[in-house]
Amino acid sequence: MSDHAPATVGGTGRTSTSRSGQAPPAGVPSPDHRDMRRTPARLTLRQRLSRWDMKVSPYLYVLPFFLVFLVIGLYPMVYTGYLSFFSWPRFGAGHGPWVGWENYSHVLKDPVFHKAFWNTIGIFMLSSVPQVIVATVVAALLDTNLRGRTWWRMSVLLPFVVAPAAAALIFGALFADKSGLVNDVLSGIGLPTVQWHANRPASWLAIATMVNWRWTGYNALIILAAMQAIPRDLYEAASIDGASRVKQFLFVTLPSIRPTMIFVIITSTIGGLQIFTEPRLFDTNLQHQGGSSYEYQTLTMYVFNTANSSTNPYPRAAAAAWILFLIIVAFALVNFAITRAVQKRSHA
Amino acid sequence: MTRTSRTGPGFLVYGLLAAFFVGSAFPLYWSFVIGSVTRQRAGENPPPLTPGGHFFENAARVFDRIDFWSALANSVIVSGVSAFSVVLFSTLAGYSFAKLRFRGANAAMVFVILTMAVPTQLALIPLLKEFSNLGLTGTHAAVILPWLVTAFGVFFMRQYLVDAIPDELIDAARVDGCSMIRTFWTVAVPAARPAMAILGLFTFMQVWTDFMWPLLVLQGSDVQTLQTALDQLKIAPGQGLSDMALLQAGTILATVPLLLLFIATGRQLVAGIMQGAVKG
Repeated sequence: MSDHAPATVGGTGRTSTSRSGQAPPAGVPSPDHRDMRRTPARLTLRQRLSRWDMKVSPYLYVLPFFLVFLVIGLYPMVYTGYLSFFSWPRFGAGHGPWVGWENYSHVLKDPVFHKAFWNTIGIFMLSSVPQVIVATVVAALLDTNLRGRTWWRMSVLLPFVVAPAAAALIFGALFADKSGLVNDVLSGIGLPTVQWHANRPASWLAIATMVNWRWTGYNALIILAAMQAIPRDLYEAASIDGASRVKQFLFVTLPSIRPTMIFVIITSTIGGLQIFTEPRLFDTNLQHQGGSSYEYQTLTMYVFNTANSSTNPYPRAAAAAWILFLIIVAFALVNFAITRAVQKRSHA
Repeated sequence: MTRTSRTGPGFLVYGLLAAFFVGSAFPLYWSFVIGSVTRQRAGENPPPLTPGGHFFENAARVFDRIDFWSALANSVIVSGVSAFSVVLFSTLAGYSFAKLRFRGANAAMVFVILTMAVPTQLALIPLLKEFSNLGLTGTHAAVILPWLVTAFGVFFMRQYLVDAIPDELIDAARVDGCSMIRTFWTVAVPAARPAMAILGLFTFMQVWTDFMWPLLVLQGSDVQTLQTALDQLKIAPGQGLSDMALLQAGTILATVPLLLLFIATGRQLVAGIMQGAVKG
C-alpha cells in the first residue's frame, strides 16, 4: 500500500500555509514554515516531495494492475511455453529433460484432441451465429417506444444471473436422454426422441442452447446501446427518401452498429472457444471426459484432463494450452478480417 | 423498428419480447418445479410442469449433503473482496490513464487492452502449481488473487473518467495544495462513484458465477463456493444424477441470492452494460 503514503502526508499538510498560496502545492506538515521562506532558492523538502509525488503517483496507480498481470498472467504464460518443451517424470515434482516439439506433436496427433477441436468448433458455431442474429433482433425490438422500457430490458438479462454451473444442471435435466422435458415434448408431438448425451451434433446443440440462453440478452443490450447512439436524423432522411422500416433497419441501423457487432463477435469468439463449464457439467458420467466417447469434450476440457493424465501431464497440457491460444488468435484475426472486408464492401 | 415512430410499437413487438422472456424464464421455472416435487415424481414420465409442495424437504436433503451455508458464506467473501479490490485498483489505474500525464501511458493502455484477449487456460497449470507451492490452494486467497484487478475494470474506469472529470477540477485541487492521492479521493472518486458501483456489481457477479478456477484451487478442500458445491452435489455417491429433485433444489438455492441481487440492482446492471458498450 505504498501508494497510499502520500495521502497522509498531503492530508495533514493542508494547513493554512498551503491555502495561502505562497507555499508549494503539497508537502509534509512543517512546524516551522517560516524557515522555508528564508531560503527560497533551494527546494524545500515539501517542494521536492510534491514534485516526486506528481512524477511517481501516475505510475503507482497503474502498478497494481501490472503486478497482478505479471504474477497471474505473464509469468505463468511464459512458464507454460517453457514447460511444453520438457518431459515430466512419473510422480515428479519438477520437469525432466528437454524433448523439443514432442509434446506438441503428441497433442496434434491425438485423436481425442481432433475430436475436441471439432466439438469446440461445432458448439461455437451453433452458439455464436444464432446468438448474434437473435440478439440483434431483440435489440431492434427493444429500440422502440416501449411501455415499461426498463422492465423489458431487465427481462432479457434474467438468465445472466444464473451461473453457468447452475445453468448446466438445469439444461442437463431438460435435455436428459430418458426423462427430459425436451424429449417428452418431442415424443408428444410424434417426433423421435434424441439421445442428447450420446449423439454428437445433438449434444453440441444442447450445450449451445444453454450458452445462447445465458448470453443472448446480454449481447442484445450491448447492441441496443449502439442502436440508441445512431443519430435520429439519419432515420428521418431515410424515411423522407421513402425507405420502409425494414430497409431503414438494413441500410441505416446495421451499418451504424457494425463496430459494436465486431466487438460482440470477437468477444464471443474468445469466450466461445474456451467453453468449459457447460460441457463439463452436462456430462452424466463422472469421468468428466465430455461424453462416453468424447462427443462433447471441448479443447479447454482437453487441456484440463490432460493435466490430470498419467504420462507427461503438465507439459502436454501446456502444449495443448498454447495450441488453443493460437487457434483463438487465428479465429479472432479471421473474424476481424471478414467483418472489415464486409464493412468496406457495403460502404463502396 | 426505429425511434422515428412517434406512436408505440404494435402487439407484434410486445408479443415477440414476451415470447423471449418466457424462453428466458422457463428453464428457471422448470428447475423450481423439479426441485419442489418428490424424488420419484421428478423421474417420472411425463415430467411435472407445475410445482409440488416438497421444496423444503429437498432443500433439507441438500443441506445434509453439502455444507450449503459455508459455501454461501465463501461465495459472499470471495466475491465481495474481489469486487472491492477490482473497484479500488481499477479506479486508481483508470484515473491515472484518463487524467494524469505520464510517459508511456498510451503504450501501457494498449497493453492493458491486449491482455483481455489472453485466454486464462494458458496460465492455469503453472498458476495452480505456483499456488500449491505457496500453500494457497484450498484458501479464499487462492480464489481472490486473480481477481485483485482486471483489465476490463481498468479499461471501463478509464473510459468513464475521461469525460466525467473536468481537468480544471484536478488543477484546482492541485493549486489548493492537495497531494495527488488526496486529489484522487476528493475529485476523482466522487465523480467515479456511479461507474464504481456498476463495476463492483459486475465483478461481484463474475466472481460469484465463476466455476473453473475455484474448482481447480479448491479441489478436495473444505472451502467450497456455491458453484463448486453444486458440482459436489452432483457427484455425491449414490445420489446426484439419479436424484433430479435434489439437484434442482440445490440449483435454485444457489441461484436465489444472485436473483435477489438482480431484482435489487437490475436497473443499474442494464445501464452499466449499455454504458460500457457505447464507450467500449
